[in-house]
Parts: sequence; structure tokens; C-alpha cells
Amino acid sequence: MTKSSKEILSKLGPLIGLILLIIVVSIMNPSFLTISNIFNVLRQVSISAIIAFGMTFVILTGGIDLSVGSTLALTGAVAASLLAGGTDPIVSMGVALILGLVLGAFNGVIITKGKVAPFIATLATMTIYRGLTLVYSNGKPISGLGDHASFQLFGKGYLLGIPIPVITTIIAFAVLAFILHKTTFGRRVYAVGGNEEAAKLSGINADLVKIAVYAISGFMASLSALILTSRLNSAQPTAGESYELDAIAAVVLGGTSLNGGKGWIFGTLIGALIIGVLNNGMNLIGVSSFWQQVVKGIVILLAVLLDRKKD
Amino acid sequence: MIEMTGISKAFNGNTVLNNVQFNLREGEIHALMGENGAGKSTLMKILGGIHQKDAGEIKVDGQPVHFKSTKDAEKCGIVIIHQELNILPDLSVAENLFLGKEKTYGFGILKSREMEEEAQQLLSKLGLNVHPRTRAGDLSVGKQQIIEIAKAIASNAKYIIMDEPTAALTDREIHTLFKTIRELKEKGISFVYISHRMEEIFAICDRITILRDGQYVGERNIPETTFDEIVAMMVGRELGERFPERKAEIGEVKLEVRNLTVKGLFENISFNVRKGEVVGMAGLMGAGRTEVVETIFGYRKAHSGDILIDGKKVSIKSPMDALKQKIGYVTEDRKTKGLVLDFSIQENVSLANLKKVSTSGVVSKEKESSLVNQYIKQLKIRTSSPKQSAKSLSGGNQQKVVLAKWLGTEPEVLILDEPTRGVDIGAKKEIYQIINDLAQAGVAILMISSELPEIIGMADRVLVMHEGKLTGEVSKEEMTQERIMHFATGGEQVD
Repeated sequence: MTKSSKEILSKLGPLIGLILLIIVVSIMNPSFLTISNIFNVLRQVSISAIIAFGMTFVILTGGIDLSVGSTLALTGAVAASLLAGGTDPIVSMGVALILGLVLGAFNGVIITKGKVAPFIATLATMTIYRGLTLVYSNGKPISGLGDHASFQLFGKGYLLGIPIPVITTIIAFAVLAFILHKTTFGRRVYAVGGNEEAAKLSGINADLVKIAVYAISGFMASLSALILTSRLNSAQPTAGESYELDAIAAVVLGGTSLNGGKGWIFGTLIGALIIGVLNNGMNLIGVSSFWQQVVKGIVILLAVLLDRKKD
Repeated sequence: MIEMTGISKAFNGNTVLNNVQFNLREGEIHALMGENGAGKSTLMKILGGIHQKDAGEIKVDGQPVHFKSTKDAEKCGIVIIHQELNILPDLSVAENLFLGKEKTYGFGILKSREMEEEAQQLLSKLGLNVHPRTRAGDLSVGKQQIIEIAKAIASNAKYIIMDEPTAALTDREIHTLFKTIRELKEKGISFVYISHRMEEIFAICDRITILRDGQYVGERNIPETTFDEIVAMMVGRELGERFPERKAEIGEVKLEVRNLTVKGLFENISFNVRKGEVVGMAGLMGAGRTEVVETIFGYRKAHSGDILIDGKKVSIKSPMDALKQKIGYVTEDRKTKGLVLDFSIQENVSLANLKKVSTSGVVSKEKESSLVNQYIKQLKIRTSSPKQSAKSLSGGNQQKVVLAKWLGTEPEVLILDEPTRGVDIGAKKEIYQIINDLAQAGVAILMISSELPEIIGMADRVLVMHEGKLTGEVSKEEMTQERIMHFATGGEQVD
């Protein structure tokens, strides 16, 4: 086998896994393949996939962002309280998105300028942002968001028969894939993850690249927060707990290396779908929720082990 | 006595060794030479049990042997010391020496005292004045190299294979290493010595075997051969002059450095480089040469001093600023500082040229491939495709990729840090030719090199550093190895 066809096969591994999984689940319960169930799966996946897209950028630079779940909660709470206070929905959503961007950029600044390891820095901000959410919301859900159509549609609406969160996910994927694979910024992301020192010595501002990827991660978390808040028509202070782990799992399942420099965002999309289909499939088949966790963990392990085998 | 005959080996259908022979007598130092990709390392990895041969025979003291692992080879007394040393920096010297074969009272409880005493004896036998409890990472690379030999001796090695042992050593350390090797040779221990440095092979080896493209070319006794004969055997053709001639016109001062200081590393460095001039920078390892050029390039922060381009003071606070001033820097260690190894040739070349190969932030495939193809042709980079990963290239071709990356920025000042380290002799000459072409085009070149013949062959003028100070400047007319070494070891300038 030539090198490139081997490479293509290794890249398509996750996709083959997803197709096999879909086949197995549909055989065991044909109702999986109904349109309403598929949209159900996709709507659920959209929230975790959008976070995982941002996480892909971070992981490609060799970093990690544990704070995405807390960022989601805090930005969701801010958006909800603005809406509940009668602020224009577009302004409310804009404020939440900018806040996500800022919270993410703050992570990046701590990591680059403070020279703190990404794991530690985002572990700390994960706690800080969660704490701020509790302070802000007084520990209570924020509801009574009114019935602004634009906000309601964001999480619950359909366009041409397709759920809007799914469309949002597709647009986010297309934009981020373009940035990552076609722009100089994307090239810099890979370079910083592949060899930071060589990147710096080639005149690349590695600190700025890192701050930008954490900002993207924070922004994506807040985008996800808007979908979730719209769907639930309220913001929970405990929203997004352990979402960072699902996002990391999706990135890793998609074949992106935690060491940075290697991977692609399409893999992350597949990884998020694998997790979504697995969750939904096990519910349909009637696997107990306790066992579901065990199975999910085993799938992640198997994927990583198979990935190792290839080298 | 080791005899290898008819050895063949292929990886994924690519023949790497074809019917190769090699023998090693008791108490000799046997050089193994060939260009990168000639098959030296594979042959030795077969002897060391890391790879298995596809065909051929290995005999140790007349007995046929089959090595399935390094353990099997070690049982016959064969040990490989790799270029990247296997020293655990946070363990002590004694712990390193007994790694994997610790002496215990049983239940894994270590006989630390006994091992330290034994280590002490071994170290003094090798003439290394180091306490066994010293942290191994605190030792110089030269001493670590000798610790590796001690490890081999501790496991009763009779045949020691050394791959480029001097690549990271200073002249003084090389001297000590050679002394150790010669003493062990007197005791009947044999060495295989892989190196690109011809001077060293003539200084220490008894015989030489030469490989080319996976084939055995010949064997010579060192006293009966010459530099030119070996080179001709290696490259399969006459190479002509080792350093190509240069006809560059030396012009105005392009780069000037005044009293540059980074506390604790170097101080009061002042010099200049003219257009079309190649200025060499010599000195021992640790003299501060790399640190000086990293500071000029904005990778380190200067405490004081000025940098002038075309006579005007410039502020260079980062490599980005250096790029704006048309300065390029081909780094010393291409694997850790020069290349993104997982990137393709094309992506590596683009790395310093992202503005050039893009339109409003979007990378243009056409611009990118025309840039890389231009340099693949101009620098004769041997590759099947610009998409080939940098990792899979030979040392010489990797170095050319780093050069291509910087030539793409059209530098007016080019800093080269050990531009031919670990590069085979054919590619070396090509790199010298590239440097000459650049100088002829008016580029000001500052070249750090630890190989004195290279400095003398290439430079118009040599700056010599010793312990963070510029101790001398040697003009073309008075350039000799002795004179450069005089300054490099701290001698004063006498005019």
C-alpha cells in the first residue's frame, strides 16, 4: 500500500466506525432510522459537536480546554438574564457570544503570558467560571425568557424541514474547516502544535495563535449555550457539566492527536456523531444508563488503541 | 571476531542492504562510512539485534548466530551506543550504569552502596573523575557519552558500535573520548565507528568499510588510503574541490552589532558583516555563538547593545521583527528548531512565507506549489513530491528544506548555524555552493560552524568566541586551525 492511501484509510477509520455503528444499531432497533429519531440525534449532537469543533483548534496546538462546560453555563445564564430583562434577542445573543470569546481569550492569555500549563489554567477557570455562574444566577435556573421568535427558533426551529441547530452546526463546521485547512491562520495552528519552537523561529507569533484558539473555543461554547438555552427555554447554573469530556472524547475519536499538530475537524464531527449515535442507540436498544457509561468508555479506548496500532 | 556476509534487508519492498559484508577483529577500531541512506545504520541495527536480516550470515568467533532482539546481541557482547544518548538525566550516574540490571538483596531492594562502589571503580578505570551519585543530566554531553561506554563495559561488552559519537562534543571532549576508546582497544575491545567526519576517522580508526546505496563498496586499511579515495568510493564519482570557489564582490557593511550583551550568556559582542561576505563564527561548544545569533534574530532579549542594518539602528524584539529586516536564520538543530517534522516539504517551506503564498489570509495552492517547486529545483532537494513529509527526508535534504524556507523570504542577511551538521559529503558540497551563490548575489552571511576545515574553506573572515566573549578575529590570509583554536580556547589577540 502506498503511503498516501494508508493515510487516507487511517483518516477514514472513524467514518467506517460510525457507519458500522449505525448498521448495528439499526439492525437491533429499526426505529433508529426514522426521520424524527435522526433529527433527534443530530439536534443532540449539535450542542456537543459545536463545542468539540472549538476544542479541535485548542488540541491541535497541543493544548486542552477544560473550561468549555463552565463557559457554556456562564454565557447561557447571561443571555437568559438579558432576555428575561427584556433586552433585544440579537443584542443578548451577541453579548453572550462576545463574552464567550473573552472568557476563552482570557484562558489563552493566562496560558501564554502567564506560562501556565493549559490543563491547570483551564482547570482553574473551569472552577472560576462555574462559580461566577452560581454567583450571577444565585444558584437558580433563569427562566421567563419571553417568546422572541428569533431566539426560540435558534434552538427549536426548523428551516426547510431541518432543525436549525443542525444547520448552525453545518455552517459552523464549514466555516471552521475553511479556517483550519485553507487559511494562513489554520496553517499556523498546525505549525504551533507540530513544533512550537520552529514556528516561532519562522516568525510566527505563537502566543497570539494560542490566544486565538482559546478564544475560538470559548466562542463555540457560548454558541452552544445559546442553542441549549433556547431549547430548554431557561438557563441552568449546572448546565454543561462534563461537556468538556465529551468534547475531548469527540476530538480524540476523530483521530486528532492530544500531542498537537495532527488531526482534522471532519474527524471531530464524526467523533461527535459516534458518541451521539451510541447514546441514542443504547437508549433505543434499552441498555441501562449505568452500562451505557461503561460502553462509551470502552469505545473511546478501542478507538485510541486502534489508532496506536496503525503506527 | 565478527563476520557478516551476504547481508540483505528490505523495508516495505525497498532494498536497503544488498549482499553486504562487514567484519570486525578483536581490538580494532573499524570505521563504517557512507552517505546518508547508504545503509550504515541498518547494517549496525542488524548486528545489534534491533532489525532482523532477510538474508546472509553473522558469525561471532566462528559460530553462526541469530539475533532476535538486542538482548541476544548483548549476550554475544555487542552493544550499540546511539547518537541520541540513552541517559536518564534525573537518575544518578551509578543508577544509570546499572539501569535494568540492578543488584538487589531480593524483593527489589537495591544494594545501592555496592553498586556505587562498583560504579566508582569503573569510572576511575575509564579516567572519568565523576562521583557516582552525581545527577547524570548535570554532566556534559562528552561525559555522558563516556557513561554510555561505561554502561556497555559494565555489561561485559566486547564489541561497541558508536553512531556519530562526536556530533555534539567539543574538541576537548572528543580528545578525552578518543583516549578512552584507545585504552579500551588495548584491552581487546573492538569498536565500530560511524561518522561523517573524515578527520576523526583518520585520527582514530584502523580500518574502514564503505557502503554506497546499500551495497558494499570496499574495505581499506586507514594508513594505506587517502581522504580523496574514500570520498570517491562513497560518492561513486570524483567530487573535485571540497569547497567550491566563490567570486563574490564584498560591498558595504550590511549588519552591524555593537556591544550586544545578554547577562550570563555573552557580553560586549561587536562585529559587522558586509554584503557578499561570508563571516565565520568559531568557538567551542558553549562559547555562546548560538545565543548571540538568536539574540540578533530576536529570539532572545538583549540587555544592552545595538543592532544596525545598512547603518541604521533597528529594534528587533521578535523573529517577526527580524523577518521585516530581511534577516533569515537557519537554525542549528533542524529537527527541534528548523522543521515541523509532520509537515510536508511544501508546508515547511511556506512556514516563513505565509504572507507570500496567500491572498488575504487564504493560502493559495498555486502560489505555494510554485514557491516550493522553485526551491526543490534550485537546491536540488531529492524528493518524490513536495507533499512528502519532512520526517522521511535524509539529513541533507532536510537541511535544504530549512534553507528553502529562508531563501523564500529573500533575506539580505542570512545566519547559518552549523549548516552542514549530520549532512553527508555530497550534500555538504551542494550546500557550500548554495552559500556561495547567495554571497555572489550580495547576501551578507554569518555562518557558525564547529568544523574548522569548513570555516577555513568557506569564510572570508572568522570571528572567534570563548566563554561569551569575542576573543579574536582572523582574516583569510592568517586563517589556520591553530590560530582559530588559540582564540577559541581563550588566548588573547596579539597584533
